Formats: sequence, structure tokens, C-alpha cells
Amino acid sequence: MKKKLYGIFILLAFALVMAACSSDSSSDQNDETDKGDQSESAGEDGNVEIFSWWTGAGEEEGLLALIELFEEEHPDINVENAAVAGGAGTNAKAVLATRMQGNDPPSTFQVHGGEELNKSWVAADKMEPLNDFYEENNWMDKYPEELIDLVSDDGNIYSVPVNVHRGNPVFYNMEVFEEHDIDIPTTFDEFFEAADKLDDAGVIPLALGDKESWPATQIFENILLGVLGPDDYQKLFDGEIEFNDDRVVEAAEIFGKMLEYINEDHASRNWQDSAQLVANGEAAMLNMGDWAKGYFSNDLDMETNVDFGYFDFPETEGMFQVITDTFGLPKGVKNTDDVKKFLTVLGSVEGQDTFNPLKGGIPARVDADPEKYDDYGKDAMEDFTSARLVPSLAHGSAASEGFLTKANQAVNIFVTQGDIDNFIQALENAAPEM
Amino acid sequence: MSKEVQVKKRKRISKDKWTAVAFLLPSLILILVFVYGFIGWTGYVSLSNYNTIVPDFSFAGLKNYKYLFSDFRFQADLRNTLFFTILFIGLVIIMGLGIAVLIDQKLKGESLFRNIFLFPMALSFIVTGVVWQWLLNPSTGFNHFLKFFGITPKWYTDTNILAGFEWGSIEFGLPVAIIAVVIAAVWQMTGFSLAMYLAGLRGIPDELREAARIDGASEFQIYRRIILPMLLPITMSVVIIMAHISLKIFDLIYAMTGPGANFVTDVPGVYMFETTFRGNYYANGAAIAIIMLLLVAVFIVPYLWNSRKGEQ
Amino acid sequence: MSFPIGKTIKYLILIFFALLFLAPVYVIIVTSIKPLDEVSLAEMWTLPSTIDFSSYKEAFSKLAPNLMNSIYLVVPATLLSAILGAMNGYVLSKWKFKGSETIFTVILFGMFIPYQSILIPMIQFLRQIDLYNTIPGLILVHVVYGLPITTLMFRNFYANIPDQMIEAAKIDGASFLGIFRHVIIPLSITGFVVVAIWQFTNIWNEFLFAVTVTTSDKQPVMVALQNLSGSQIVQWNVQMAGALIAALPTLLVYIFLGKYFVRGLLAGSVKG
Repeated sequence: MKKKLYGIFILLAFALVMAACSSDSSSDQNDETDKGDQSESAGEDGNVEIFSWWTGAGEEEGLLALIELFEEEHPDINVENAAVAGGAGTNAKAVLATRMQGNDPPSTFQVHGGEELNKSWVAADKMEPLNDFYEENNWMDKYPEELIDLVSDDGNIYSVPVNVHRGNPVFYNMEVFEEHDIDIPTTFDEFFEAADKLDDAGVIPLALGDKESWPATQIFENILLGVLGPDDYQKLFDGEIEFNDDRVVEAAEIFGKMLEYINEDHASRNWQDSAQLVANGEAAMLNMGDWAKGYFSNDLDMETNVDFGYFDFPETEGMFQVITDTFGLPKGVKNTDDVKKFLTVLGSVEGQDTFNPLKGGIPARVDADPEKYDDYGKDAMEDFTSARLVPSLAHGSAASEGFLTKANQAVNIFVTQGDIDNFIQALENAAPEM
Repeated sequence: MSKEVQVKKRKRISKDKWTAVAFLLPSLILILVFVYGFIGWTGYVSLSNYNTIVPDFSFAGLKNYKYLFSDFRFQADLRNTLFFTILFIGLVIIMGLGIAVLIDQKLKGESLFRNIFLFPMALSFIVTGVVWQWLLNPSTGFNHFLKFFGITPKWYTDTNILAGFEWGSIEFGLPVAIIAVVIAAVWQMTGFSLAMYLAGLRGIPDELREAARIDGASEFQIYRRIILPMLLPITMSVVIIMAHISLKIFDLIYAMTGPGANFVTDVPGVYMFETTFRGNYYANGAAIAIIMLLLVAVFIVPYLWNSRKGEQ
Repeated sequence: MSFPIGKTIKYLILIFFALLFLAPVYVIIVTSIKPLDEVSLAEMWTLPSTIDFSSYKEAFSKLAPNLMNSIYLVVPATLLSAILGAMNGYVLSKWKFKGSETIFTVILFGMFIPYQSILIPMIQFLRQIDLYNTIPGLILVHVVYGLPITTLMFRNFYANIPDQMIEAAKIDGASFLGIFRHVIIPLSITGFVVVAIWQFTNIWNEFLFAVTVTTSDKQPVMVALQNLSGSQIVQWNVQMAGALIAALPTLLVYIFLGKYFVRGLLAGSVKG
């Protein structure tokens, strides 16, 4: 028996050694082919490395199409797609943080416009200002002023927005609304009236999936926006209005009341699982960023304005909760000209109209071609130019990531405990870190 | 033995001793740098004001530690880790031992059963997490079948704390939701303790059992009096290996439940990852790591002490 | 040689647990062969209306290059950490000297370090020695953090080899290295199997180091598996198919070496 085992071990060891050897030789080969690819470009620094967390269906296709477009225009520049998935971007942020701290920045990286950019990488003096670059491309009037403000700090512009998502639509199951004779609620009172009616009929009025906290935070920020209005909403996050303001307390009360109408198993669902509740009619409404539209229509095969509809979150009509993905130029990148060429394509009408129909958002530019987008997209594009744009808290635009982390924790506790005093106290304690 | 031989032997021994030390050296250097060097760095960061993305190494004293111990989430984490560790290690031992004893009864299909129980170890925690998230989802999953018996546990969405009482800012007691996570972890790691115990049982000579039987001991007594005590060292190894998995657990919970409503399934590993890389609270994250290490030390130092004494 | 309860009951208990253990596999397999619009929480137990292998095709085409990376990573890392562990275990069990127990403690404690906390200094260190974003860099990391457990395993394993054998070899004039080569190594084949299986699975399944130390085309398969899911939308059928593909090598290891795993443990850990 021992002999047999010994033989197997020798065999195993032999196989391992063989594999190790062949790994060396084949990795050498890989290196050679890599070098072959690069020989056309400007050597080692000729790579443009695009860092993002876009790896899923739709978003990845959009990114690849964009890269393809770029490579057509600049065949001499090699593009490397460095995408890191998982944890809704947290894994990517971990990798990015370690690379930036180690002075090994990617050529350009995905970052939400707003404080996620300004309070971190700009504050750490890791980003190049792009004002001249904007001027060169005549972009100053191609993006809404409020959006440029969002990617600016102290008068310097730091990144190029590629897409826009909206955070304050409510998606609803049209059949359910019709069956129970529900009108679209525009105020909180109407919302609660409709919710009561649905509740009595045995339908879950509001679907929520807060396995991760942000969908709940998103509801709260929309209530805040509705109660405070866009100006004071902005002031709240500028620190000019305190979190113990009566209206914030009122918003918390409305939030608490709304949470009485959600599905019981909310903590076990992610946002997609909660969208399924609306899709199959168990629940009526869902507040979600408009990427949910892509999920409803592409993945669940539902037809816009037939199977599901959408309306503005109560009391936020004419307001647009902005979530925008942007790309900047980190300091310490050697081939800045190549990177700028990429950012030029990214910021062009053609680039944005290539990327966004696939990704499912709308372009950040105001002069893009609406014909390339579906009905929802056209609607959103129109609102984008006419509505008041405000930065989203839940997606890192309104306040620093430090504050957001603590706000998410406070929301998580509030959803279970419902203690308004504690909630307000926690937000107040975190406020200095906004 | 003549003098020369003795001298020669002593020389050789001392040369061998040096070779022995040289054998250890590469590992020791790597460990000193990668473990202790980095722990030192972490400890240094945990005492600084490095709580934004801009590095700030100014001395903050114990500020970060004080913050954590007053923090609802961290208190909940400590509670959860405690109960997770106890339940996880306990169940892995009971399940592993129980199944090992059953398989050891010379039943048919032994290797099939062994492979079934071993295979979850081959999966990554990330995959396990997703699947168990579904299986223990209160509205589908196992409840799909359990509802015929009139039981529908809320599994990891249950925010109740069993036998809870106020302690600090949290309710101390067994968080019901943690049981769901324990089930998933036990599913994955039972194979290990099973294999260990199976090996242990095979190593006990049949003569011992025979002798006991001749002395008139019942099967049950044989297990209790003879076999279980002989398996004790194995149990110690299982405890140590499971403890290090349990105290550091991250992937499984991250994929399965996240922090959970009211942080009922949160653990320090998840908190540290989120606060460091989502919130940029580097110093707070480092402080969590140091506290975790101290907790581990509480656990492992007595064990090491014991095994040292046992060998001397 | 049997409990008072009948054989049938024993079988029933085993079969019950076996089914429980297999339930997740059922879900993984069923989900992986469903078309996307049939994948939902509510329908997790139902069989697909048509069997659809397209998710396997998609998953495999995306994972294939990273599978090779994983092999280049796991094989040398497993071998190196096993060899170093054997060396350490040999010294710490058979050549104890003053302070050797302390050294063992020092090494073992490394097992318990939470890896999230050392990511930043580790990456900076790897950059300094020019191993960042390379598979050798990742190998180094896995070898280092695998040392505590391989050392522990081999030390326990060698503790069972009677000291008399070593003494006898010494009297025969064998040196430290000679004993290692001619006495210890031939006796530790089963130990190597156990350690190799353990390390192989752990390194294969490891995610955190893999995602932070390597980027894009250097990444092992577990990272690629995560990358199948998007930031906002997850295609569960592809994800599950990918999970099965990624787990295949470790599954094979357990199926074919499972017996030796137990046997190796038998040889090693009976006396702890």
C-alpha cells in the first residue's frame, strides 16, 4: 500500500513540476505576444488603462464599444480595460485606493461626480485640473452648468462625465395600479392614500431590497429633496442647514411611515430581487435609479409604459437626482496626451451615444441625439435639460464617502429600530465629515 | 564511548543545530516582514488621524479605539462574532464527529458519502454565500418546503436577539439571523472535521475496543470512555483551524447577507473592509484589525501555552 | 462493531444529511441551465422549461484565460508552501532548541492576521520589490500567508514519527539533512497530500489578494468569476455556470484525492 501511495505522490509531484515548467515557458510566450501587440504603440507607457467597475451585462458592452470607437480613431494607442467587479464598486475602490496610495494610478478611472471625486482624490491632490482641456474641446456649454459644478472644485474642473442616471423615479406595475384603481401619487399624502389602498388589497405598496443599505438611503434622500426642495437640499449638504432642522425630522418621520409599507423580507433582497416583486405584481412600486428600467425591459421582458410605468418620486417633480459616472486624469500619469485623447472620445457626442444606449443611461451632454434612445431615455433627456439637477447622497455625489458610510449605517439601524431621535443624532454626529 | 567520538558527535550536533536554524530562516524572515511588519504598520495607522483619503499620520492616541467601542455597529460586531464562533465551532465538531462515527460503521457507499460531505470544501465562500442567500431566503428557499410543516423561520432577515438585554448601546444576546450564516459556514467546513475525525477513528486500534467489550462495556460506553478521549487532540486541532476561519470570516458574509438589518449579521471583517475602502476611514479600519488580532490572541495563546506545557 | 440502533436508521440519517448537503448543488445546477428570464428567487426550485447551455458557453469563454492564470499561480504556490512547511515542521518537531517553541508560536500567529488590514502596506511592498501585478507576486503572498498552516500541519504530522527513528539514524551517522531526505520525506507523502489539497483549494478560491495584487489579464479565475456580475445587474445563470466551471479543478481534487486526504490525516493528526 505504501508503495502505491509513494508512486502516486511521485506522479503528482512530477505533474506539478511539469505544470510549473510549462507555466514558465508559456508565460514567456505570453510575454512575447504581449510585446508584439505593444510594438505598434509608443512602448511601455503607450497604454491607456481604463479603470472601472463595469463588468456586467450592458455596461461592459458599452465600455467595450467605446474602446472600439477609440481604437478606430487612434489605432496607435493601446487600451487596457482594467475593470474590477463586485460589491457595487467597493472592490474596485479598494484596488484603486491601494494603487493611488502607491503612486501607481491607472490612466483614468471611473468615479461618481460630486464629493466622491472632490472630497477624496481632488482633496488629496491626486488629480489634474482639466479646465484648458474643456476649453479646447468647447465643452463648457455642452454640459449643464450644474453638472460641471459637480465635477469642479474651487473653479477647477477635474473629470469628464460620460453618462447620467436619475435617482428619483418610482417604477410601478401598471396592471396592479389599474386593477386597484390607483392614481399616480404626486404628494406624500397621495402616496400614503394609495399605499393604504394597496395594502388593504393585499399588495405590497413599496418594494425595497436593502441587503445593501443604499436603496433605503436613496428613498430617504428623495424624501429629503421633496420636503426641503432643491435649494435647501443642497444647503443641507453644504452644512448651512443642520440635520436637527424640523424639516429633516419631518422627512425622517415620512421615511419611517413609508417603511411601514415595504415587503417584510427587504433585508434579504438586493435591488434586483425587489424589482422582481414589482414585475410579478406582488408589489406595486419601487423607487430606484433608472438602471432599473434596463432590468425591467431587457432582463424581465417587460414593456415600457405597458407593463411598467414610472413617475417622479412624490413632491420631486421637476427635480433630477443626478448620478453621473465620470473619468478624470490622475497626477503622475506619464502619457497624458494619450489619456486626453481617450477623454476626448469619452466626452464626444459620438462617444456618449455609443456608450449610453448599451449601458442604459442617458448622455451627460445636452446635445446628444435623442433618436438613439428609447422612450424612457428621451423623457429623461428632456428632463435632464429642463429640471433642477441635484446631487445624490446615496451614490456619493452630495457628501463625502465617509459621511455616506455613516449615513448608510444610520439608515440601516433606523429601518429596523425606527428611532427618529437616534437617527437624527447619528446624522448630526457624522455631519462634520461631509 | 571515547572522548574523540563524543567531541565529534557534539560538533556534528551543533552543526546540525545551525542547519536547523537555517532551515527555519527563510520562513521566519518572510513572516517577520509580511506578518509582524505589517501588523506594526497597522498598529501605527490605528493610532493616527488617517481617516480620509489624504494620509494624515499625526498621532491621535486611542481616539479610534474609543470611537469603536462606543459605536453601535462595532459592539454588534463583537456580539455577532462571539456567537458565530461558538455556534460554528460547536456545530462543525458535532456534525463532523457524528457523521464520522456513522460512516465508520462499515456501511456500504462509504466513499460516496465521504465525497458528498467533503465536496463543499472545494467551493469558494463567495459561491457558497450566494447559494445560501437563496436557500435561506425567507420567502423561497427551504421555507418553500418548511411551510408545509407550518414553520417559516425568517432566517437571516430576523432582527430578533434571543435572551437579549441592554448592554452598551446594543442588545446583547443571540442574534437569530446569525444562525443562518452559521448553517452556511457549517455546511462548507463540516467536511474538514469529518475527515479529521474519520482519520482519528481509523487510528484507534480495534484491540482497544475489543478489550473494552470483553470487559463488558456497552458500545455507548466504549465511545464515551475510550474513543472520545482519544479524539481530544484532534478536536483541539479542529478548534484552532476553525477558530481562525471564524474570527476572520469575511467573504461568506459579504456575499450572503452583508451587514444585515440592524447589523445582525455584521462581523469585524466586513466592517473593516467597508469602513476602510468605502468610507476611507483607514485609521478606524486599522483599529478594528488590531482589536481582531487581540481577540485572536486571547483565543490562541492559552492553546499554545497548553501544548507547550504538554510537550515539555 | 455496531451501535444498538439498526443499520437502516444509520443509513436514513446519512441520506438525510447527504440530501441536505446536496440541495445547494441542485440549485446551482438548475439555475445554470435556465434562460435568464426564468431565473428568479421565486422560481429557484423549479426545473427549467428548456435546458439552455448557453450560459456555460458564455461563462467559459470569459473564464478560460483566467483558468490558466490560476493554474500558474496555484501549482507553484502550493508546492513552495508545502516544502517550506515541511522544513519548518521537521525542525520544530524533531530538532527542538531553546526558543523553537517561541518561533513556532510566532509563525502560527500569522494565521490569524486579518488580511484586509495589511493590503495597503503589502501592495506598497510588492511594488518596491517589483512584483506587483505579477503572478510571482501573488505566489509569494500566498506562500507567506500559507506558511503558518502548513507548518502547523507538518509539525503535527512529524510529531507522530517516533523519535527513536531519528535517534537511530543519528547513531548511524546521518546528518540533519540526511535524516530529512532519507527518513522524513519518504514518510511524509500522505502529509504532503493533505497539505497540498488544503493549500490548493484555499489558494484557488482566494479572492481578496487576487483582486488587489493583480489587474486584468493577470487575474486568477475567482476574480474573473466575480467580474461576471455587473455593478448593478447580475445574470445568475451565467454566474452559477461560471461558479461550477471555476470549482471544477478543486472538485476533481477532492473526488480523486479525497481518500488520501483522510488517509493523510490519519497518518498525521491522530496524536495531534
